[in-house]
Amino acid sequence: MNSTLYARRKLWNGLFLMLSVMAAAFGLIWLGFILGALFYNGFAAISSKLFVQMTPPPGEDGGLANAIVGSIMMSMIAVLAGTPLGLFAGTYLAEYGRYTRLAFFVRFVNDILLSAPSIVTGLFIYEIVVVKMGHFSAWAGAASLTVIVIPVVVRTTENMLLLVPNGLREAAAALGAPQSSVIRAVTWRAARAGIVTGVLFAIARISGETAPLLFTALNNQFWSTDPNAPMASLPAVIFQFAMSPYEDWHRLAWAGALLITATVLTLSIIARVLQPKRSH
Amino acid sequence: MADIALAEQMSSVPERAAAVRKGGARDSRFRFLTLCAALLVLAIFGGVMASLIIGALPAMQHFGWSFLYSEAWNPVTEKFGALASIYGTLVTSLLAMIVAVPVGIGIAIFLTEICPRPLRRPIGIAIELLAAVPSIIYGIWGLFIFAPWFQENVQTWIVDTLANVPYLQDFFGGPPYGIGIFTASLILSIMVLPFISAVTRDVFETVPPVLKEAAYGLGCTTWEVMWRVVLPFARSGVVGGAMLALGRALGETMAVTFVIGNAHHIQKSIFAPGTTISATIANEFTEAVGDLYLSSLIEMGLILFFITFIVLASAQLMLRALERRAGSAS
Repeated sequence: MNSTLYARRKLWNGLFLMLSVMAAAFGLIWLGFILGALFYNGFAAISSKLFVQMTPPPGEDGGLANAIVGSIMMSMIAVLAGTPLGLFAGTYLAEYGRYTRLAFFVRFVNDILLSAPSIVTGLFIYEIVVVKMGHFSAWAGAASLTVIVIPVVVRTTENMLLLVPNGLREAAAALGAPQSSVIRAVTWRAARAGIVTGVLFAIARISGETAPLLFTALNNQFWSTDPNAPMASLPAVIFQFAMSPYEDWHRLAWAGALLITATVLTLSIIARVLQPKRSH
Repeated sequence: MADIALAEQMSSVPERAAAVRKGGARDSRFRFLTLCAALLVLAIFGGVMASLIIGALPAMQHFGWSFLYSEAWNPVTEKFGALASIYGTLVTSLLAMIVAVPVGIGIAIFLTEICPRPLRRPIGIAIELLAAVPSIIYGIWGLFIFAPWFQENVQTWIVDTLANVPYLQDFFGGPPYGIGIFTASLILSIMVLPFISAVTRDVFETVPPVLKEAAYGLGCTTWEVMWRVVLPFARSGVVGGAMLALGRALGETMAVTFVIGNAHHIQKSIFAPGTTISATIANEFTEAVGDLYLSSLIEMGLILFFITFIVLASAQLMLRALERRAGSAS
């Protein structure tokens, strides 16, 4: 009687532990499949032309130069605009308003924005920028990416500032430093690695963003660095090319996909290595 | 002697006072700046809401509530209803959660209990990379690699096997296109796995070791400890993580757009093509002509925002409550 009970419990135990090993294998296998297919198809399509020629009409040779430059330009504008805003907002949450009702509310809304559908961000910018300007533009694309950058930076900045021991703040304040100097010279400096991590995560997040760009920056078949005009971006070009029936466009889409993924994975791995361990 | 020292001090008082005033002024300027940035976050949120509502007004006035339950989608006659898209959004997300929740919890159990210590960090990071891979990559992979493979090797077989089974033939019937609701759901489930497993693992780690040790001391197996002690303790965190993942799945655009087939009908079979709110907007927004068409798409955006807001807000509240508990325990 007892021995069958033991045997049954051992059996269940073994069964479920095996299932959880299989769950981990399930996740890792998909990651392997996706990266494998991406490298296989992407590397076959990568050539030096990719970086110097423009996106071609179907049936012709070409590259992705305008899309690469467009993606870099819009991401840079978004990071340059979003980082300071996110940094200040995160600083308010961690340093000034830590326990206030306003901070609680901002934190709540920020976390919703962090996971809100990015396509809705695109609609928002379409309404307030594209409709007002009367045309699609890289400014609008960058603005929609900024809206995605801000919550990421706010969240990581706040988390990282909260990790800074209060003793440091008190020591600086005891020397007579005004609070703003304490924050800038001591807390920010102590949390620098973490804040940089947040910015890297934000860059990684926006470099693959497609949905908000579709109806803000639109796309552009030609070379353009004018932020007032529609601009090509890697994700938008991949979307257009992959959905098309043309073989050579598909190849370019794979090459673009590989470029984006390589960038994003490198950034997120660097960010993870830099990330300070949580201490609890 | 004392007088001299006092005199010296007196002379520096105005300077010090000036320095303090300057510092104070700089302080309040800086504080104001950070406050403005914090308010900007609220302004963005309010702006999103307001712009969607204003944009959706024409469609709301024209269709009223019928927009929510009409399946019509005809740009030529300008008859629009969101039902097919709402249905697709809910069904794909639900199916994705059915796969992702148990697998995500399994991964968390693996990472906290079974995995050898040196491998925990690398495997954990690898799983989290699934979340870092941009959604458009899932889309292109799903369209070119997964859907054709699935169509040839799995779908045909399932359709044939279940062709004469009552009920099941409805849900798994129809021509095997490869793309459709099921493929979209499966890809979504892979995408949201890391959200569930990361949150679940973090919550598992907050379970006091004493509880687990006590259970082991009574002779429990690892599985019994996980199922009877750790999971009940971590329940609200696991649910919060699942809600977070659900919020992501509901709003996911690119991965779904590639593989769902963009068909505005509701069909019984989960192998049939369908559409979701985000896929419809992504596919049709730039081509939409006419104010009513655009406005209908924006109203769908509003519906999506509303649904995800509720899901994400409840996820936040659950996880917040948990954080407070963890904070007071330590």
